[in-house]
Amino acid sequence: MKKYLLTLAAALVMISGCVKDDEFLSTDPKDLLTDEAVWKSPDLVLSVLADLYNRYPEQQTITNWAEFTNFDEAFPSESGQYWRTKQVDYPYDWWNLWDYGYIRDLNLFVQKCSAANELAADVRARFVAEARLLRAAIYFEEVKRMGGVPLILEPMEYNFSGDPTYLQHARAKESDIYDFVISEMDSIKTVLPDDAGIKSRATKWLALAMQSRAALYAASIAKYGATTPSVSLPGGEVGISADKATAYYQRALAAAQEIIGSGKYSLYKKKAEDLEENFASLFYDKANNPEVIFAQDFKLKSGKTQEWTIINQPWSSAEEQQGGRINPSLNLALLYEKLDNTYSPFATNNGSDYMYYDNPKDIFAGRDARLGGTIILPGTKFKGVPLDIWAGVMYWKDGKYNTITGDNFGDLDSIPVAGAPKSSQVVGTDGPVDGLQFSAQTGFFVRKFMDPAVGSGQIGTRSDVWWVRYRYAEVLLNAAEAAFELGQPGLSSTYMNQLRERAGFTTPLTDAEISFDRIVHERRVELAFEGHEMFDNKRWRLAHKVWNGETISANDVISNIGKADKINTMIYGLWGYKIFNPGSPNHGKWVYRVVKPSNVTAAHRFNFGNYYSRIGSDILSNNPKLVKNPNN
Amino acid sequence: MKKIFVYTTLILTAFSCRKDNYEAPSSMLSGHITYQGVPVNVSSKDVTFELWEPGWGKNGAINVAVNEDGSYSALLFNGNYKLIIPPSQGPFRSITDAETKSDTMLLTINGSREMDIEVMPYYMIRDAKMELSGTTAVNSSCRLEKIITDANARNVESVFLYLNQTSFVDATNYIARSSLSGGDITDPANVHLSVNIPDVISGTGITGDQDYVFARIGVKISGVEDLLFSEVQQINLK
Repeated sequence: MKKYLLTLAAALVMISGCVKDDEFLSTDPKDLLTDEAVWKSPDLVLSVLADLYNRYPEQQTITNWAEFTNFDEAFPSESGQYWRTKQVDYPYDWWNLWDYGYIRDLNLFVQKCSAANELAADVRARFVAEARLLRAAIYFEEVKRMGGVPLILEPMEYNFSGDPTYLQHARAKESDIYDFVISEMDSIKTVLPDDAGIKSRATKWLALAMQSRAALYAASIAKYGATTPSVSLPGGEVGISADKATAYYQRALAAAQEIIGSGKYSLYKKKAEDLEENFASLFYDKANNPEVIFAQDFKLKSGKTQEWTIINQPWSSAEEQQGGRINPSLNLALLYEKLDNTYSPFATNNGSDYMYYDNPKDIFAGRDARLGGTIILPGTKFKGVPLDIWAGVMYWKDGKYNTITGDNFGDLDSIPVAGAPKSSQVVGTDGPVDGLQFSAQTGFFVRKFMDPAVGSGQIGTRSDVWWVRYRYAEVLLNAAEAAFELGQPGLSSTYMNQLRERAGFTTPLTDAEISFDRIVHERRVELAFEGHEMFDNKRWRLAHKVWNGETISANDVISNIGKADKINTMIYGLWGYKIFNPGSPNHGKWVYRVVKPSNVTAAHRFNFGNYYSRIGSDILSNNPKLVKNPNN
Repeated sequence: MKKIFVYTTLILTAFSCRKDNYEAPSSMLSGHITYQGVPVNVSSKDVTFELWEPGWGKNGAINVAVNEDGSYSALLFNGNYKLIIPPSQGPFRSITDAETKSDTMLLTINGSREMDIEVMPYYMIRDAKMELSGTTAVNSSCRLEKIITDANARNVESVFLYLNQTSFVDATNYIARSSLSGGDITDPANVHLSVNIPDVISGTGITGDQDYVFARIGVKISGVEDLLFSEVQQINLK
């Protein structure tokens, strides 16, 4: 009996214990969203899109500070980064980008979202347009760094036939990629919202701003590429023929003018009483900012914050035992003009003697407000705390000046002169101390994107200042450059003078004063630390002249200011000293010296092979249809 | 007991590793980049050529660097290689190979091999002389011979005379230099340059009381990235 019962029970378990095989294997996952589920819900689609926004390609950005110190804009004041000023050549694969994973995800999004019939038509159209904008942005970034790349607009599937050759595509022409970006913007700008209040998602105005930038890049490559014939490929994958320049400049101007003419944006002028603060505030003021077109936004206590302020905070007001990393160079600082529209180095010497200043900031007086808005200068304040940037004490003894300094922030020492106090401070709390990381080794700190809020310098809080990718000032500069290249200096000066007026200049530039050098200069001073310098110098084919590997002296740095092709291979600084000479009228005053930080040992050299980065040999051997970039 | 354990471990350790199952490459390919047998001098670490060994799945070039005096060497496995000088490399053009009718040279390595690679330089620096003038300057003279005179000919952009404290003397390694623009050269057969010797020769490094410098003439050819150089010459200051 027992035996039967057991057999019966076993049989029952066998029969009922298992579900059908196909059901068993098709349990819905609980930790993943399926395709069908996602494409029904606008909220879920938005979160997919948010991931795609988050992968927006970038080179120099506030979340990758060290990239700002590769060229001549700033010195890296962190001991692990000094190699950046010690290597001559830029590796050919440094900025290479071959992100077809991202492109595939964007293509999949466009394909699936276009077919998502359960979404409302207008919602769906906006999503698709946003993904197309991001796809154009990655292709724009690809063409900036690599030249023409294969233009893939459909997600490709492998059929497991053992023969993948049908997936291999040749590179498009460089001009084809630019044309693609420009035409995509034309077709999506009518779909995207035209609300200028939207800053972190795509709008019609972002599409136009991107179109203007892309057309300007293509135009200048066509025009100035003629000066570097060896930077081109016979198939046009690299290089754009010179006869296309005018049409591209016209596109760049037209797109910029559409934004300007709309009146939706204006230059940020909320703090007109203090132009330096106004310029700095443009980057951290997120409330009704009339200038920002597109930004990567951050939010406190959300997990998405950034640490730019922690990285760069001056030691004197630091909220952690770190900061001060990006030290803007003297090379950059002296580009900011005097208010009478002239270039001039900072006056350190007066023929035979030093220039003596009552206050540390006096040497910087009467300049373009963007100087103090971009750079934290000695004698100013950050977060209400006065900066203490000075390199040492110069005391008068035996008929000459001798220097005493310390080797740590705000060191004390005794000045070896009779009557001097036994112990006094001999170096600033912020440095500069040569070779001491986090000190202002050029005599400057960066101010752009720095967050004045309390806690922004704490690792536990961080900052929610956004990273501005497109702003109205760049649109004006695009228009000014395109108008100049099209032979309309009058129009060009109109646009450029708006920026200069905001920077405190009272005399507008005349039409005759608009030159290529002026265009290059204005972009450098307005757009410093916004990721433009290298790509601008590339498209103007200036990079190999500006970074030509030749050693420069202090005298070279302070001469030829404002020349577009001025050699700028080594970073220099400007160090202030306090005079100790009791009884002399100069006692307690300040003098400055031009110095080269000792960690700047190499002169940067940008080779022809750097214009278009190296395509990795694994990519080349996977796809024999690809041609190598020239010179590398 | 403990001893046994220690010895066992030692013995096991001694036998645990075997020699690599691959022989290291042992065939040395060496020689010079030459024009009619005369080495073409170039800058340091800037000029390379590529060796390809086909037949191994994924492709990747072996980059061989050319030294300042035009010499090169590479330690290779025996096999069949293709040698290519990329068009952007060096102050010269590669010569069309008779066998492949292209810029590619076929190369069989079977044991060490000495081989000079003939190229067509745009110019050659002939009769380069560098000598001390007084105590504070170095004078140089040379003759620029234009080698490529057909449609591919290029002009001289400028001529430089470099001084350095080490024997690496080129456009990025120098302590003093002077230059002469190509347009100012009246007689290419007679190019003179003079450069002042800096007061402190050890300005960028620790060399003690160095009483010699190294000098070299460099020629920048317009549209060509790499400079052409003369041989390095040591100048004794005392």
